[in-house]
Amino acid sequence: MARAASRNTAARSGHSTVDPEEIARFTALAEAWWDPDGEFRPLHRLNPTRIAFIRDRVAAHHRRDPLKARPLRGLTLLDVGCGGGLLSEPMARLGARVTGIDAAEKSIHIARAHAEQSGLSIDYRHATAEALAQDIIPGGGGFDVVLNMEVVEHVANLDTFLAATSALVKPGGAMVVATLNRTAKAFALAVVGAEYVLGWLPRGTHDWRKFVRPSELAAGLRPHGGEIREFTGVAYNPITDKWGLSPDLSVNYMAFAVTGKGK
Amino acid sequence: MAAGSSRRPRAASRLRGEVLVIGGGMVGLTLASALAGAGLEVILVDRVRPESMTDAAFDGRTSAIAYGSQRMLAGLGLWPRLADAAQAILEIRVSDHGSWLFLHYDHRDMGSRPLGYIVENRDIRRALLAHLATLPAARVIAPARVVAVDRDERGVEARLEDGRVITAALAVAADGRGSLTRRAAGIRVTEWSYPQTGIVCMIAHERPHNGIAHEHFLPAGPFAVLPMTGDRSSLVWTERTALAPAMLALDDDDFTAEIARRFGDSLGRLEVVSRRWSYPLSLMHAERYVARRLAIIGDAAHVIHPIAGQGLNLGLRDVAALAEVVVDAHRLGLDIAQAPVLERYERWRRFDNLVVIAATDGLNRLFSNSLPPVRLARDLGLAAVNRLAPLKRFFMRYAMGLVGDLPRLLRGEPL
Repeated sequence: MARAASRNTAARSGHSTVDPEEIARFTALAEAWWDPDGEFRPLHRLNPTRIAFIRDRVAAHHRRDPLKARPLRGLTLLDVGCGGGLLSEPMARLGARVTGIDAAEKSIHIARAHAEQSGLSIDYRHATAEALAQDIIPGGGGFDVVLNMEVVEHVANLDTFLAATSALVKPGGAMVVATLNRTAKAFALAVVGAEYVLGWLPRGTHDWRKFVRPSELAAGLRPHGGEIREFTGVAYNPITDKWGLSPDLSVNYMAFAVTGKGK
Repeated sequence: MAAGSSRRPRAASRLRGEVLVIGGGMVGLTLASALAGAGLEVILVDRVRPESMTDAAFDGRTSAIAYGSQRMLAGLGLWPRLADAAQAILEIRVSDHGSWLFLHYDHRDMGSRPLGYIVENRDIRRALLAHLATLPAARVIAPARVVAVDRDERGVEARLEDGRVITAALAVAADGRGSLTRRAAGIRVTEWSYPQTGIVCMIAHERPHNGIAHEHFLPAGPFAVLPMTGDRSSLVWTERTALAPAMLALDDDDFTAEIARRFGDSLGRLEVVSRRWSYPLSLMHAERYVARRLAIIGDAAHVIHPIAGQGLNLGLRDVAALAEVVVDAHRLGLDIAQAPVLERYERWRRFDNLVVIAATDGLNRLFSNSLPPVRLARDLGLAAVNRLAPLKRFFMRYAMGLVGDLPRLLRGEPL
C-alpha cells in the first residue's frame, strides 16, 4: 500500500505521466463502467441527484451561485471510494481540483483511462483514506470537500473510517455522506429488492448489518469536529425511473456536514 | 473547459468549444444564443457570410411565431430586437373556397395576448446575429464549410474546408432540410413531395389588415395572407406544381390580378412589393434525432407543409428542449453529449413533431381536394370546430405552442 501510494504521488500532476499501455488496457473496462445502460446503470441514474445535492450545498457553504459556470472552482475535493470516477469527473468539470481514491486498484486504472478520454486532469490514487491521511495531512492540511458517497456501508470499522476521513477535511471544510439506513425497509428495498428481485446490483453488494443509522453517523463524526447540517432522504420513483430528494430517511439518505474552523 | 485538452491544440488552426452548431439559420442561431447565454462555449459555423443572410434577396420569406415561441425569444432577451418588426396576429379566418362556412379564431377567446406574430426571416436573423455578438461565449465562423465531422467517445472533431479544426463535446446539425451532417451520420429520413409549389411574395395593400390572417382553401391548396408591419402582407400561395411556372412567369399586372382573383378585394388595391420566390413543398422526417455526440434540430430533422405555419415553431421547440437537457447536464458537470442526455431530447421532441407532421399532412390532403363529399365533410368539420368552444380553444392553444410537457424556455422561464 505504501509503495502504491508513493508511486501515485509521483503521478499527481495529472494524466500526462500515465502509462499509455495501462490506459489502453483499461479503456474497454472504462467504457463498460461508464455505459449508462450497463452494469452500473443504477449509479448513473442516481448520479444527477447526488451531484446536485453536493453542488448546491457546497456552493451555498461558499456563498456561490450553484447554477453559474464552474461553481466549485478552485476548491480541493477528495472522492473517497471513487470507483471508475462517476462522481470525480463531474466534480472536476464543475471546477473542483479532484483527488479520487479507491482501495480497488482496478477501479483506479479504469478511472484514469476514462479521465484521459474525457480530457480531465484528476489525481487518482490507489489508496485507503487511512493511508492518505498519513501521507497528506502533515504537509497540506486537508480538502475543502470530502465525499463519502456510498462507502460507509462497506467499511470494516465505521469509527476508524470516519476518523480518517474527518481528518482529511480542512478546518471550515465540508463532508458529504451518502449511505443506507439500517431499517427493515432498507433491507427489503436495497438488499432484497435491488440485488435479488430487480437484479440492479450484484448479489452480496450490500451487507445490511453494516448499514448506518443517521444517529450513528452524527455520533461518529462529532468527536472529529464534524457537525451535520442537513439530512435528506433519496427516493426512487419507479414510474419516472428517476431519483430525487425526499424527506424519508429510511432507505437511501445523504448528509451534509461541516467541520469547525478551530478543529 | 478541459474537454479535448489532451488533443494538444495548435495555434489558430484549432478551435475548441463545448458545442459546435452547424448551420446558422434561425434555428441554429437561436440554439447558439440559448446555450451561450447559459455560459456554454458555442461555435457556430455557416456557409454564408452573416451580412448577406440579412439581405432581402437572400430570403424573402416570413415566419409565423407562435405565442409560446415568442415567450421563449423574450426569455432569451431577443424580443426587444424583434418587436418593431413583428406584426401581431389578432384573428385568423379560415375559409373554404366557394363556401359560406368558415372557422374564426380570435385572440380575445384566449385572453388579451395575440395568437402569434408574423416576422420576416431576415429580421429574425438580424436580431439573432446582433444578440449573439453580445455573448462572450458564442463565436460565429462564416463563411466556412464543414467538410468532415468525426465523432467518438472522446468528442467531436470537425474539419473545415480551409483546414481549420474545431473540437467540441457535442455537434448539432442545424443545416436545413438537405443536412449534409445528417446524411454523413447515416440517419435516414422518411419523405415525400407534394405535387404543390409554394409561391411566396410580399404585397402592399390599400386598406389596413387589422392583424387578421386569412387562410383560404383553394382546390390547389391553401392560399394564406399573413399580416405584416405597415399595410403589408406576406402571401403564401400553394399552387399545383404543373401550373406554378406559368404563374411565376406572368408580368406584374397579371400576377397581381391572379392574386386578387383568389383573395378578393377586402384589403383594397394590391401591389406586389417584393420579388417572387418559389419552392417545392415536401414532407420529411428523420428516423433518429440523435447519434453519438450529435443532435439534429429544425429542418434538418423535419420539414412540414406550410399549411399551419408551424415550421419555425417546431424548430424553436427543438431548441428549447435540447438547450434544456444540455444545460442541465452541463450544470451537473456531466458529459453533455452522453447518450441519456441526447435520448431525452429525442423522446421529448419526436412525438410532438410527429403529431404536427401528421396534422399538417392531413389538413393539406383534406383541403387540397375538390371532390364534393370531401368538401361537405370538411365544411361540416370546420363548422363543428367553430361551434365547439373547448375543441377550438385546444386547437388554438396547440397552434400557440402552449400544449404538452413544455421546456422551461417555452413556459417563459429562464434556462
